[in-house]
Amino acid sequence: MAAVFFVARPFLGRGGEEPTVEPAPERLALEEERDRALAALKELEFDHRTGKVSDDDYRAMVGELRRSAADALKALDAGTPRADVRGPQ
Amino acid sequence: MPELGRAALIVCFGLAVYSVVAGFWGAHTRRRRLSRSAQNALVAAFACTLVASLVLFIALARSDFSFTYVAQHTSRELPTPYKLASFWGGQEGSLLFWLLVLTGYSTAAVLLDRKAGRELVVWVVPVLGVVAAFFSMLVVFVASPFHTQLASLDGAGLNSSLQSPYFQIHPPLLYLGYVGLTVPFAFAMGALLSGRTDERWIVATRRWTLAAWMFLGIGQLLGAKWAYEEVGWGGYYAWDPVENAALMPWLAATAFLHSVMVQEKKGMLKVWNMLLVMLAFSLSLFGTFLTRSGVLNSIHSFTEGSIGPWFLGFICFVVASSLALLFYRLPILRSKTKLESLVSREATFLYNNLLLVALCLTILWGVTFPILSEAVKGESVTVGRPYYDFFLRAFGLPLLLLMGIGPLIAWRRASLSSLKRVFLWPTAFALTVGIGLIFAGAGSSTPGLIAYTFSAFVAATIVLEFARGTAARRSLSGEPVPQAFVSLIGRNRRRYGGYVVHAAIVLLAIGIAGSSAYNTSRSARLAPGDSLKVRDYTLTYRGLTSSRSSNAIETRATIDVSRGGKQIAVMHPGKNDYPIEQQVSNEVSIRSDWLTGEDLFLITEQVNGNGTIDFKAIINPLVNMIWLAGLVFLLGSVITLWPDAREERRLAIRYGRLAPEH
Repeated sequence: MAAVFFVARPFLGRGGEEPTVEPAPERLALEEERDRALAALKELEFDHRTGKVSDDDYRAMVGELRRSAADALKALDAGTPRADVRGPQ
Repeated sequence: MPELGRAALIVCFGLAVYSVVAGFWGAHTRRRRLSRSAQNALVAAFACTLVASLVLFIALARSDFSFTYVAQHTSRELPTPYKLASFWGGQEGSLLFWLLVLTGYSTAAVLLDRKAGRELVVWVVPVLGVVAAFFSMLVVFVASPFHTQLASLDGAGLNSSLQSPYFQIHPPLLYLGYVGLTVPFAFAMGALLSGRTDERWIVATRRWTLAAWMFLGIGQLLGAKWAYEEVGWGGYYAWDPVENAALMPWLAATAFLHSVMVQEKKGMLKVWNMLLVMLAFSLSLFGTFLTRSGVLNSIHSFTEGSIGPWFLGFICFVVASSLALLFYRLPILRSKTKLESLVSREATFLYNNLLLVALCLTILWGVTFPILSEAVKGESVTVGRPYYDFFLRAFGLPLLLLMGIGPLIAWRRASLSSLKRVFLWPTAFALTVGIGLIFAGAGSSTPGLIAYTFSAFVAATIVLEFARGTAARRSLSGEPVPQAFVSLIGRNRRRYGGYVVHAAIVLLAIGIAGSSAYNTSRSARLAPGDSLKVRDYTLTYRGLTSSRSSNAIETRATIDVSRGGKQIAVMHPGKNDYPIEQQVSNEVSIRSDWLTGEDLFLITEQVNGNGTIDFKAIINPLVNMIWLAGLVFLLGSVITLWPDAREERRLAIRYGRLAPEH
């Protein structure tokens, strides 16, 4: 009986189906790209500081990574929808 | 009471089926209440399994022999801890235990995770439900632990080789590992079903995968220790199919844990990661199938048994449906980024993956070939140690080397000048160690020497990583060395926890190489007063003693151990005779030298009627490195698992479970 009640509980409340609010896929992809670029920059800085990456390699890679991060930030600021609101079918 | 257990499992089965049907329909039609109801059904299934498990535990503790399962696996004289541990000692109980752990993991995964979005979880629930429905179907209709009989006066007892403290911990840990791999699989399928192939499924399951992998690793090491102490042949891993059944999913999970880092950092290997998580889960099911279906005894016992065909059918269903789903979603899984250089950290992760998967599939072939040969040609064949040892060396030694190479190379690409600089000291150290070992006599085994040399290289790499990282941290923060060391690890738990785990693998490699390539063994028949010399040990047999425990007659040989003319120990290898089970077990005696890591391992192989014994002595150099590796592995895993509150919050905001901060 307890199991039946617990399973039926979501139907016992008042009101209709609430829509699901999820981050929009396009925005999520950009956020992931931004986070990836920022994490790569942070990792490059650390590898350079610990001597794993030479000064020449650092100079060659840091520009590319900064550009990727800047591009992702610009695209995010350009106003892709933040949320994806989906109701029941 | 058995009726309560049976009823609980029937309700559990009904709830699992409901969670599948309601879950899939609710996810497909975006009916949030129906999805929530399906999730509640999965949680309620856990509660029912808990009730059924308590019923069985109580029956075992009370020696209620009206339960057929209790009568078949325990006896009145069996000590209580073993009575309770018999829960997972037999087929029916172990399947119930699988179901308990599965529904427990499922409940925790869908309720606790803040990083997985609702749109993913609604698909994860029915996938978990499918697995729960299968196992609950087995324990309700095929292999019920609640069959009853006329209560007998006593039970059949527990197999003597299971009467060890390890029996209480090794199977539960393995099950926490096997079953835990269901969670990342369900999230991966949820990602494919929902069409949301962003990183959330990986981020949500990272800790679950790590935990399952940790439990599987520790469980296997404990199993090896158990075999070493209990089985009494002087070794710890026999490449037995049951042992391999746990190793294969662990290798696949190890590959997965590495390659997800590439997906997180570079957005690559999405399809490969899906395949790996499917492989790991399928192998965990396959491992359960191998150990529970009777197929390992003989193909005939498999076909006559009850659960084998069901398991095989379910494995085929899982593999076919997950591959079909992956194929359907291939277009949205294609990565935009490519591998920039074959000399980069992501490339070494790829090589590492290929070697791990190759080793895993090689072991899988070794396990399945005898089964297939008997099924197809009616011929019984054995795939022995030389096959496995060959491939362990062929794939394992390069893997060991890669463990040292990977951390030294930067992401994206590395120039020749960078490589020369970072490789110099570890290579010099390794070569020095290798040459020194040749002069010390370790050249008698080429694979052993290579393993030691590679281990030295990896150890040097790990030490340098910690040293350079601490120095870098100090230069940023001005902290004193100990504080900088701790903050370094605290801020980079995955990386440095991973290095600690690598250190554990180095210890494991040293222990395995030492004990397998450089061990010494002597056998003799000894009468009281006779001595046997093994290397620098002199072993003198004094005589036999006999005593009685609650359920066994214990016979022990007294052996004086001396070295350099001085007595250093008295050891007692012998036999235990279990009258109820009608079995005799080897009770070995082990003396560990913690300074050298070496074991003196004594076995009384036979007690003869005239007071003589057939006696064997083995010296296993460095074998204790293996058990030390287990502790270091646990430490490394805990560091990697330790939650980072800032990171958790950032990911929860990204995936919509928390409102963004302003």
